Amino acid sequence: MKPFRYERAADAAGAVATVAAHPGAAFLGAGTNLVDHLKLGITSPDLLVDVSRLPMDQVEERADGGLRIGANVRNADLAAHPAVRTRYPVLSQALLSGASGQLRNLATTGGNLLQRTRCAYFQDPSSPCNKRDPGSGCAALEGWTRYHAVLGASSHCVAVHPSDMAVAMTALGAVVVTLGPDGERRVPLTEFHRLPGDAPHRDTVLRHGELITGVELPALPFATRSRYRKVRDRASYAFALVSVAVALDLEDDGRTVREARIALGGIAHKPWRAERAEAALRGLPATEESCRTAAEAETADAHPLRDNAFKVPLVHNTLVAVVRDLVGQGAPEAPGGLEGSR
Amino acid sequence: MTTRTSESRTPEPAARPRAVGADRERADARDKVLGRAPYAFEHPMERPCYAHAVLSSVPRGRITAVDTEAARQEEGVITVLTYENAERLASTDDAELAILQGPEVAFRGQIVGAVIAETPEAAREAASLVRFTYAEEPHASELKPGESELYRPETANGGAGTDSELGDLDAAMEAARADPGAVALDETYRTAMTHCNPMEPHATIAVWQGDELTLYDSSQSVHGHRDTLAEVFGLDRARVHMICPYVGGGFGSKGEPHAHSVLAALAAREVSGRPVKLALTRQQMFTLVGYRTPTYQRVRLAAGADGRLTGIGMDAVEQTSRIKEFAEQSANPTRTMYAAPHRKTTHRLAALDVPVPSWMRAPGECPGMFGPEVAMDELAERLGLDPVEVRVRNDAPTDPETGKPFSSRNLVACLREGARRFGWQDRDPRPAVRREGRWLIGTGVASSAYPVNRQPGSVAAVQYRDDGRYRVGIGAADLGTGAWTVLAQIAADALDVPLDQVDLRIGDTALPKATVAGGSSGTAMWGSAIVAAARKFRERHGHDPSPGDHAQAETPANPHAERFAMHAFGAQFVEVRVDADTGEVRVPRLLGVFAAGRIINPRTARSQLIGGMTMGLSMALHEETVTDPRYGLLVNHDLANYHITANADVHSIEAHSIDEDDPYVNPLGAKGIGEIGITGTAAAVVNAVRHATGVRVREVPVTLDKVLEGLRNGPPSRQ
Repeated sequence: MKPFRYERAADAAGAVATVAAHPGAAFLGAGTNLVDHLKLGITSPDLLVDVSRLPMDQVEERADGGLRIGANVRNADLAAHPAVRTRYPVLSQALLSGASGQLRNLATTGGNLLQRTRCAYFQDPSSPCNKRDPGSGCAALEGWTRYHAVLGASSHCVAVHPSDMAVAMTALGAVVVTLGPDGERRVPLTEFHRLPGDAPHRDTVLRHGELITGVELPALPFATRSRYRKVRDRASYAFALVSVAVALDLEDDGRTVREARIALGGIAHKPWRAERAEAALRGLPATEESCRTAAEAETADAHPLRDNAFKVPLVHNTLVAVVRDLVGQGAPEAPGGLEGSR
Repeated sequence: MTTRTSESRTPEPAARPRAVGADRERADARDKVLGRAPYAFEHPMERPCYAHAVLSSVPRGRITAVDTEAARQEEGVITVLTYENAERLASTDDAELAILQGPEVAFRGQIVGAVIAETPEAAREAASLVRFTYAEEPHASELKPGESELYRPETANGGAGTDSELGDLDAAMEAARADPGAVALDETYRTAMTHCNPMEPHATIAVWQGDELTLYDSSQSVHGHRDTLAEVFGLDRARVHMICPYVGGGFGSKGEPHAHSVLAALAAREVSGRPVKLALTRQQMFTLVGYRTPTYQRVRLAAGADGRLTGIGMDAVEQTSRIKEFAEQSANPTRTMYAAPHRKTTHRLAALDVPVPSWMRAPGECPGMFGPEVAMDELAERLGLDPVEVRVRNDAPTDPETGKPFSSRNLVACLREGARRFGWQDRDPRPAVRREGRWLIGTGVASSAYPVNRQPGSVAAVQYRDDGRYRVGIGAADLGTGAWTVLAQIAADALDVPLDQVDLRIGDTALPKATVAGGSSGTAMWGSAIVAAARKFRERHGHDPSPGDHAQAETPANPHAERFAMHAFGAQFVEVRVDADTGEVRVPRLLGVFAAGRIINPRTARSQLIGGMTMGLSMALHEETVTDPRYGLLVNHDLANYHITANADVHSIEAHSIDEDDPYVNPLGAKGIGEIGITGTAAAVVNAVRHATGVRVREVPVTLDKVLEGLRNGPPSRQ
């Protein structure tokens, strides 16, 4: 590990100013991903600015009925928050499907969005990787690709984004709030992470020195009928092969789709908002057949690699299964609990 | 776990409640929970330096240039070792251990250098700055049946015969093919390359004092390690000391010294008298401390309509490294499991540019009980017979290849008892007809087996101390298995004293020599030496000894060794649930019944058996080291990508023991339980997946994609 300096930020503006002024500086949240990278030699900042103690650790009600989640809210706390559990169950489920209890107690909301791919070649500094070492090539492209992308990849990078939380938030239409040298901005989560293109070293649209301060969830009453399903190689503590987040708004007949919010994980360089599938379902009865057609529309452009062709049918089956469960669960109960007022 | 142990083999008449057979908590449990039990890297040292290994980044070739300048400039760096400046070893016979002796590279991830520094961080950072230029040579790092060049090893691991043949298997297969009521099954099965991955990474502290070398190493055999290191450095054995009171898991990977132990000792030479601490990273462990070869197993079964085998064959194809042979004895269990007049087994190896394979829990038996036990299930299905019944009908009255009687063999009893406990009698044999919601449900069975291995040469010492206790010393190893506990129990009974009057010492070459904690032989071999030493002590000093009185004795030779075939047997029953949409396999129930002689401590025995079964489940569903043949790289070389069964994967797990009194195996009547639990599990899981889904997978791990593909070809209907 290369020696580095450590500073504890007094406030967000100061942290931003410090990092913006130092090209080799990086923000430190809980460190659950960054510290691994320091040890593995994936990145070697010369200054870490610790933002984990800044008072961005509250979940607040918004006037429109949505929530504002501070960047430092821990994954475990967010998953357990009554408003999240009752109004956005898909998000609570996604959080609880990620990592381990110990990691969730530590990991922050902002850090979760910024965690980097677990592509085995990215994590092995002796292998070529355009994301880690721009221009060195992509070892995964013709290598071991069980965990890699089937949608939106490029010849420069076929890695996937590892977050579960971000997939649920993408379905919910979350907005990322940041503070940069030029002030605050709000970026829809769908536009926050990038597709790899020819610059896979850039995971997100964040500029150097720009800090995530929070995430806004819009009011989405029908998200009480929502679900996250993570398909993986063991029952816990594994990244998704495929994950599906769905929130479903049904007509009074209990089966016709008024609106669907769908996002997919484990299949692309970013959490994948499945707008084609959403459009294909709108106005139709949520049957096995209509869901399968919608899922197939979403993956029409899929380009499987050597080891991951199974992900395409797996996405179809999983989406069908999640919608089946959501329709089968009956009319959602009115949000209740401690923070159930709307 | 229910354990009924016979009292008939105890060495002395019982004057008080016996320790052997009693449920005793681990002697070291409290110290481990409190962090007081030091593992290899943790032994406190005066002014230690730290070494970090530098590994090759090409799979085969020669180093043409070495640049250590940047590394040496790092603050805190003491020196950098490469083949250019490392001392020449006295013996380079073992190519795995002959590191830094020349520019040749035999596999990717081989040790080619080391940085010694004042802190582990500085050593690691500087290690990343050492630059090697290589002349790469063409390499082959992937076992490919049909493409890899195969050879016939002289023997298989443990001295097993390479090939065996009785009767005419080809003719038996031909006859079965010609008989419409018979079955001739000829299928190839595959097991994955796997790594032991003990929780405690391999670590060594080396200290030179003049020509005396002291090593604190994580080892399954302090004396074995010491002897090897003494040879490598050309030292008298008396000048090499090894200390290892606790081991955080080994599974075979600490059964022999690996190259990092040599590296630590080489590094310590450079810092005259200061201790050097070296710990491997998890990633480094994938290339440096052994692994289980992938296997391809062609299994042939010829059977009549009654399910009785007329022929059985197993041809194992495996890999070894080009620089050192390890021939996994995967065809071994086929030689013992079932009766059949016509038999053939072979082992063939491909020597590749890969890390050196080594022992992993139940070498040979673990992979070798996969293909044949799936094949037996396929046979039962094709004949419309119950898979338990098919195994019972083929039970061998005598050892099929040698004709020797078994000292005891209770395979049938295990199958029957397991079937009773599991509720097998209600089983509907049809595949893919049980469904609850999204889950397809099925059950499967397989046999387990493990030989009774003997290792001569363990010695135990007993000394009466002025504190009124008996100090019992033997250089044994506790891998987390319970040796600290069960050896004290054995000693207490052998001396006929309460357990708290035994002061056990293990894990140090200053103690009498002990054989390796391997081959499920430790408890029996060390325990037999302790019993012999206790008897000798009482003969010499009676029951009222004086402080200082002592006696020492060796594990006695077994007079029955040549007369009998000696094996433990078992049966495992598995329930699986397979998600009809995703192919995810879950295992709600694992039940094993074992006949392994006398159980010394039911608590630690249960841990061993369910630990083995869990590792078998892990082999069935999760574990696979992935090779990238372009680079010779083991790609998934960390615990995020190399999946081991997690707590959430294990639900109900039961291990039961059958009362088995075997007067021939050793004075304790104990057969060894460290490895049998992992044998057969994977086959039982695969057989249950078939029963649940109708999909027959012939390779492990059974990942969801393999099931999904079969389900898509004909998913069972909802009920």
